[in-house]
Amino acid sequence: MADELMVATRKGLFAVAPAGGGGWGVRDIAFKGDNVSLAFADPRDGARYAALNHGHFGVKLHRSDDRGKTWREVATPAFPAGEPASVKTPAGDLIPPAVSLIWALEAGGAAEPGRIWCGTIPGGLFRSDNSGESWELIRPLWDHPGRAEWFGGGADLPGIHSILVDPRDPRRVSVGVSCGGVWVTTDGGASWACRAQGMRAAYMPPERALDPGIQDPHRVVLCAARPETMWAQHHNGIFRTDDGGGSWREILGVEPSTFGFAVAVHPREPDTAWFVPGVSDQHRIPPDGHVVVTRTRDGGKSFEILRRGLPQDHAYDLTFRHALDIDSSGNRLAFGTTTGSLWVTQDQGDSWSPVSQHLPPVYAVRFVA
Amino acid sequence: MVHVSFSSALTRHVACPPLEVPAGTVREALEAAFHREPRLRGYVLDDQGVLRKHMAVFVNGAPLADRRGLGDRVAEGSEIAVIQALSGG
Repeated sequence: MADELMVATRKGLFAVAPAGGGGWGVRDIAFKGDNVSLAFADPRDGARYAALNHGHFGVKLHRSDDRGKTWREVATPAFPAGEPASVKTPAGDLIPPAVSLIWALEAGGAAEPGRIWCGTIPGGLFRSDNSGESWELIRPLWDHPGRAEWFGGGADLPGIHSILVDPRDPRRVSVGVSCGGVWVTTDGGASWACRAQGMRAAYMPPERALDPGIQDPHRVVLCAARPETMWAQHHNGIFRTDDGGGSWREILGVEPSTFGFAVAVHPREPDTAWFVPGVSDQHRIPPDGHVVVTRTRDGGKSFEILRRGLPQDHAYDLTFRHALDIDSSGNRLAFGTTTGSLWVTQDQGDSWSPVSQHLPPVYAVRFVA
Repeated sequence: MVHVSFSSALTRHVACPPLEVPAGTVREALEAAFHREPRLRGYVLDDQGVLRKHMAVFVNGAPLADRRGLGDRVAEGSEIAVIQALSGG
């Protein structure tokens, strides 16, 4: 089981580890006071990455080669200077692209040392082959005519928040876009196709509701042992595919809600997945003030509501899309919230232990493999 | 020579002591600073070379007119101050 968590927050990157007596505690903090939007540990070489959002000074990327003791700024993915204005603002204007948020960081395949994928707002996918020392914009996706349909969801501009590299064939990569559906390449990024048939956008006019290219999957994950199975926590529901995105099926009737941002799937059991529900897009708070996790073990036919160890009275924690993670054992999960709470379970969610309820707002939680 | 100074908030992230450079425009002066410390560029300008939204540049106390091209003229003895605008929480 993973024995460390990276917790990216509005005011620093926390290293959280077992603290004795079965509990977990904060062991260290890096970038204290700074806005850390995302963090990730490369399972191949142990390198750690932290994405910072300095506001005034833009976004930056740092890497640690000594398990988080020291950090060094590496290259930040950036669009080429002179890039034409092709990013649509909410007002309908087209502006030139500039990276405003690092929203996804994932390792390439096991046989691709140093390859890192990075998703950004405003919708650029980048790849590094030297552990972040330099980056290349994935042109075929950026230049795909379908990108013109993308628009912002939550953020003003569209962004790539999920990158799923097929463990069997790293040339097959799927990305989740808010709002722009799910896009898949099978040739390492040279060509792309939208694979969101079956998703439904309740926020669009009826004639556009089933349009794959405007869907808002808040988060997409795949089952490592069966990568054709992906789960999506979508803006207005839960969806699942068993054919690599060729067709998605909506999972209806999940109590207390199908609204949320985060989803995790068991690494070896494609039918087992977890969600952290909120009321609805209009009310982004836990139903009835109860923080719960929902879990299915049968592919979405039925769900359990897990609440042991979680606050059940006037709790207003919201869990963002990167703030739920599962380790490689499939038994240990953790999630963190906008109100600075963090919980860990060692039994697949049957019971949860609090780590802290006083952290800064949590953006991302990631087990160190 | 033109004098260029940077906000202390910026020096926390990247080395940028004041410098004296020959320059005819703000762009030329900042390019000299970026040549000295290449990382500084991304902290002051965005991907397209435009002054970041929450950054401000003053020339002899007057706000920069050309935030996109940084073409404001400077003269011998001009003082360029690169600071951050107020925002955030």
